[in-house]
Amino acid sequence: MSETLKITDLHVAVEGKPILRGVNLTINRGETHALMGPNGSGKSTLGNAIMGHPSYDVTGGTIEINGQDIMEWDASERARAGIFMAFQRPMSIPGVKMADFLRHAATNVRNPERKEGEDLIPMREFRKELKEKMSQLRMDVEFARRYVNDGFSGGEMKRAEILQMAMLRPKFAILDETDSGLDVDAVKLASQSIAEIGGAEMGILIITHHDKLLDYNAPDFTHVMLGGKIVETGGVELAQELYTQGYDRIRAAYPEEAALEEELAEETATA
Amino acid sequence: MTTATAANGFTDAAFESFLETRSAEPDWLTTIRREAWQAFSEMDWPARNDEEWMRTDIRMFHLDKFALPTEPATAPELAPGLLTHDVELGGTLVSYNSSATEDSLIGELASKGVLFGSLDRLVVEHGDLLRPFFERQVVNRTHDKFAALHAACWSGGTLLYVPKGVAISQPLHGMSAMGDSGVDLSKTLVILEEGAEATMLSETASTSPNGGGLHCGSIELIVEPEAHLRYVNLQNWSTSVWHFAHQRATVDRNASLQWTIGALGSKLAKVNQQVALTGPDANAQVNGVMFTEGRQHLSYNTHQHHMAPYCRSDLLYKSALQDRSRTVWRGMIKVDLAAQRTDAYQRNDNLMLAPTARADSIPGLEIEADDVRCTHGSTSGRVDEPQVFYAMSRGYTRTEAIRLIVAGFFQQVFDRITIESVRNALGDAIASRVQDLDQQAAPEVQG
Repeated sequence: MSETLKITDLHVAVEGKPILRGVNLTINRGETHALMGPNGSGKSTLGNAIMGHPSYDVTGGTIEINGQDIMEWDASERARAGIFMAFQRPMSIPGVKMADFLRHAATNVRNPERKEGEDLIPMREFRKELKEKMSQLRMDVEFARRYVNDGFSGGEMKRAEILQMAMLRPKFAILDETDSGLDVDAVKLASQSIAEIGGAEMGILIITHHDKLLDYNAPDFTHVMLGGKIVETGGVELAQELYTQGYDRIRAAYPEEAALEEELAEETATA
Repeated sequence: MTTATAANGFTDAAFESFLETRSAEPDWLTTIRREAWQAFSEMDWPARNDEEWMRTDIRMFHLDKFALPTEPATAPELAPGLLTHDVELGGTLVSYNSSATEDSLIGELASKGVLFGSLDRLVVEHGDLLRPFFERQVVNRTHDKFAALHAACWSGGTLLYVPKGVAISQPLHGMSAMGDSGVDLSKTLVILEEGAEATMLSETASTSPNGGGLHCGSIELIVEPEAHLRYVNLQNWSTSVWHFAHQRATVDRNASLQWTIGALGSKLAKVNQQVALTGPDANAQVNGVMFTEGRQHLSYNTHQHHMAPYCRSDLLYKSALQDRSRTVWRGMIKVDLAAQRTDAYQRNDNLMLAPTARADSIPGLEIEADDVRCTHGSTSGRVDEPQVFYAMSRGYTRTEAIRLIVAGFFQQVFDRITIESVRNALGDAIASRVQDLDQQAAPEVQG
């Protein structure tokens, strides 16, 4: 049986303000989904809600993995169940080396039942694997000794997120604008890297404005989000259309959601 | 309890009988003790209108609940020290309630003229050698009533004396333990003669987890020209102990001192830590690691005194605070007129692990020379929730995430400590104490 991440009629509010208004999305392991939409349409909110961010209040609907409701799980439990999010803006953790951070993370994710204080993956074994993955991603080994995202350039941070994904081997990965702030070459490298580290093994949700990240990761499905809902789903051709022609056709076709989107955008602008 | 103490506290009579037990001490030392006792008797306890004490309330401290140690105590079995894991030591000293219970020094060092062990014993055996160092009065014996009490009544204690040109590679370790209601009046004297090198690790412990007690002590570090000292003191009393300490180092020409302080224990600690750079090109690095919980109150006055030109001093204190605990740091860089081309730095960072904790951070500069570089900074902040979520999204539990962030916070000071066992001991001790944040500080997912 294929493994499935299923989101049903998801409503999410942030600081009392409704952002998502009934999202339905099913991702099977092995599929690549692109999620596109204008700024403020709720794409990142969906990612954060799936990951279990405490500031995003789920006011209705369900998120399930293989039929198991995970709504009550915190981010740690979700990570251990195989969910990963590459952050749009990764946090830095000064004083903690990337390698140490990842060794503990990988140990927890690979042994979901691990209790605090139990042994970590043996150092040698872990180092070998980390080195292999870093070379695959064409990253300098020095990276592992640097403090997590501390003083990283935008491109380095995004590559570090992909490295983390490679080491944690999630079942389902959300890539939240992993291409933003990167130059053309960096996006190409990121796109290749995602494909190389086994896109086929994962169910991937790529949140993006552009189609470049999709070059090496052709989506099986493209979803368009507007006003907190997925209003249209198509194939790879839909992603190309949105990137080249924008959202005018979509807005015209879904006037109600377009009005909500405008409202949210205005609130954001005046906030 | 097996502690043997005079029944009548810190009275004149008790002091006289204390001196009788120490009749073997040289006369000059007895004179110092009597003068200090006189000063102690005439001084008032520090009051809250005294600037140095205005943030530290000692109205609950009553000296008459304690008594002078008068005869050697029988020590219980002590847990091994935190700082000695995987370390090959050159000598060890254990004391209990201000009396040495064992001391040792490897033959190789003894044959080079190194002295290490109980100051009680060594001041009797080597009085003439030590007299000038006592007379230097590195710590001012009448700075306040606690300093005078200590100078009059110190007992037990530690001496490390390294003769000219002798370099010791194996660290020396001192453990001072205290029983419930115990008293520790130990004095530490470290003397590195010209060109000598040594590492000394000192730590304290209480034999019962909630045992009360009193420490009123001093540390004097004398680093002569071209000598290099690494000194660590880890204060790890129970959180019911009163801790009053005067600590001062003098660092002479081309000499260096790396002084690391760890403070985990005590109910209330009031510590004056001073470093004086007395000769040109002297170098002092001061590292402080504090972790507080419950209602602990730790107050540190640090003083970097540049008395000679071309010296460097670099102080970094980091504290993490839980529960309703409080830290006070008052730092001063003082640069004398003669100390041109001084390069001095002081920094204090505080990580608040509970909204009810409080850290006061008061840097200060007093500069008379006109060609100097002096900088200072301080930060106080809470654990960053987005950092916690980030780590949790990688599979860390909330507690693990907070431990990770706290460990990272201290790493910057650990990176400066060149002794691995000390980094590990401090890191482990802190990690084991980090609790979860209060609900108030940590919004949970309402799924």
